[in-house]
Amino acid sequence: MSQNSKDASHDHDHPGHDSTNSRRDFFKNFGLFGAVAAAGGAAVYTGYKYEETKPGANFVRVLTADNRIIEVPKEGFKDIKVDLNQLQKQGREGLKGHRFVMVIDLAKCRNARKCITACQGAHHLRPHEYHINTLVMQESENTAPYFMPKPCQHCDNPPCVAVCPVDATFKRQDGIVLIDNERCIGCRFCIAACPYSARLFHWEEPLVVEADKGTPYNIELNVPQRKGTISKCLFSSDRLREGKLPYCVSACPNGVYYFGDENQDSVTNGTTKETFRLSELLKVNAGYQLMPELGTKPRVYYLPAKNRLFEFKEDKDPVQSI
Amino acid sequence: MASEVNTDFLQDKKLDSIAADILRPVGITQGFVVWMGFLGVSLMGCIYAYYIQWDKGLIVTGLRDYISWGMYIANFVFFVATSLVGMLISSVLGLIGFKWVKPIARIAEIIAVAFAAVAGLVIVSDMGRPERLANVILHGRIQSPIIWDVTVVTTYLTISILLYFLPLIPDLAISKGRMNHTPKWLQNMYEVLSVKWQHTPEQYRLLLKAIRILLILIIPTAFAIHTVTSWLFAVTLRPGWDSTIFGPYFLAGAFVAGSAAVVIVMYFIRSNYKLDKYLTNHHFDMMGKLLVLVSIVYLYFNINEYLVPSYKMKTAEAIHLHDLFVGEYALMFWSVQLLGLVLPIILLLFSFFRKPFSMLVISIVVLIAAWFKRFLIVVPTQDHPFLPMQYVPKAWMVYQPTIIETAITVGTLLLVIIIITILVKFFPVIPIWEMAEEQHELDHKSQK
Repeated sequence: MSQNSKDASHDHDHPGHDSTNSRRDFFKNFGLFGAVAAAGGAAVYTGYKYEETKPGANFVRVLTADNRIIEVPKEGFKDIKVDLNQLQKQGREGLKGHRFVMVIDLAKCRNARKCITACQGAHHLRPHEYHINTLVMQESENTAPYFMPKPCQHCDNPPCVAVCPVDATFKRQDGIVLIDNERCIGCRFCIAACPYSARLFHWEEPLVVEADKGTPYNIELNVPQRKGTISKCLFSSDRLREGKLPYCVSACPNGVYYFGDENQDSVTNGTTKETFRLSELLKVNAGYQLMPELGTKPRVYYLPAKNRLFEFKEDKDPVQSI
Repeated sequence: MASEVNTDFLQDKKLDSIAADILRPVGITQGFVVWMGFLGVSLMGCIYAYYIQWDKGLIVTGLRDYISWGMYIANFVFFVATSLVGMLISSVLGLIGFKWVKPIARIAEIIAVAFAAVAGLVIVSDMGRPERLANVILHGRIQSPIIWDVTVVTTYLTISILLYFLPLIPDLAISKGRMNHTPKWLQNMYEVLSVKWQHTPEQYRLLLKAIRILLILIIPTAFAIHTVTSWLFAVTLRPGWDSTIFGPYFLAGAFVAGSAAVVIVMYFIRSNYKLDKYLTNHHFDMMGKLLVLVSIVYLYFNINEYLVPSYKMKTAEAIHLHDLFVGEYALMFWSVQLLGLVLPIILLLFSFFRKPFSMLVISIVVLIAAWFKRFLIVVPTQDHPFLPMQYVPKAWMVYQPTIIETAITVGTLLLVIIIITILVKFFPVIPIWEMAEEQHELDHKSQK
């Protein structure tokens, strides 16, 4: 069902996030990175002018924001130590010019749960602490059961954000809903408000404490996790900042996930790395959203479990499998 | 409420006997020491329970990701509800002009102050990061009903404290010099708290004016406090909470719980302090009638809240209602509705049951039922989220309150009782000057 709209991958105006992208596109897509490079570039440029005269200097090539490749001396480089303030600032701002979306093809999900383990590994979670979980769904008695991966829906009208008393959970310009565990007071109003049960609370000390000591809190990864605060799916915004696909999307062995940018109308399959037109994919496959009647306007789309690629084998008891 | 006070009552001999009656129990007695000792030691145990929770996190409670609000939130709603009776009795009934509420108005305010003050602590006990409480002010977002709640609860507490304290000032002044049986520090405290009250007609005029303004202000505040508390639930999309009548439904329930609490405190004051002359059978009779009235209003809202969705049986609502009517919570649900609401209404229709002791028994049942009613509002809704609970430990799917959680909840109740005990033991529990003035007026009229 997804053999269609392959042409999207050949459309150079709408490049996806696959590894075949040119470096030029990469930086174009992530203007913020470009800005950082520009700042760094400008700083070292003066140094470069000075060092130019020095014979035998060790030069490195640097790409500036306006796509010029310049050479700067190695000695001119200074590692920027990423501190909490900067992480908080960039994390709250989000990635400019993007509207991230996820498409989940239910026909392909066989509950391999690789997405879940990859996610839990990245975010330092226990096996029963989910940013994303796969559920066994059945609409009614006479309809067939199917597996449904369920991340945070990153709603455009997020009930959790509305009720948060301290702006700990918020909506970014790129459509992602994040949680700031430096701010969270642990009232759990957002858990009460979320109709998708997408949030978890750290009832006890998180799984990883010692190893995360001293690591500045990255709001886009929500690591270190913190006792008494909320955690949730972040659409792997730390990976998006690097131009990579989310952890779950890359880990899926069955091609269930597509991830991309609504503004570019393109999504990339995490397994096959093929890029598709989002609008086409949703149109051809009758894509839908979870409980749209609630008015939450999710950013996650589902493709119905039609023409399944495998036999449905239900876990004996999804409750007990933990 | 009269806008002027005839200060002639200060010369009336009756004042001495009234003051003597009301001030007799004031001060430290052996019974008080034993009772406070018992409460204090029990509270220590509960504080230790909170220390464990502080140390280990909310894992020590029965709460988990699906049912993440439980006993604490139910208790919070209960406390806010019970505190509303201060507004009902002194404000609504007082302003309408019911004379019989005079001797119990202060008791109602004591209940309002005690429950509203501890309600804030209850909420803190539910927080995962209580040390970040200041964030609510530093980073408060006006969109969140929690911010509304914090604002109105503190406002209500402030007005309630003023409504307790202002009418107390003339009493403190009257009590000076009549307190020889009490410790010196208490007399000194009266001296300070009576703020040099001289009993001039002008002072009384100002006092009545101030009280009147507060009595009017507290009505919208009280409506807001419990309506906003109900919105903590009603603004969500969940079946069982997603209701438009939650505001008035909660308010009506609040008056039931509060009236029952007033009756209980009245009974103990009357029997321990021998104040039968002031808290008469008539007062219990009237409180019984009030309880019937508010209970019938509450029953009406209950019928609306449960009958309408159960007529339609929308899928998600149906699961929730099934759980309440015949499922897991059926026993609690029907006990609360029948024993805590329907039966009291029937019994209290007969004057035979509006006697002090039977009123006490009925009120205790009503108050306990009121607590469990809040539990039934808060917990079962979370039992059935829109999407199924899967791949989590069994213990995550059911809510079983733990001993630590229960101890912390009991601790907050103890704190309420401690505040009530201190207020009724160290200060005149019935307004002396209002009683004396009323008596004087009465005598004056009969002489004519």
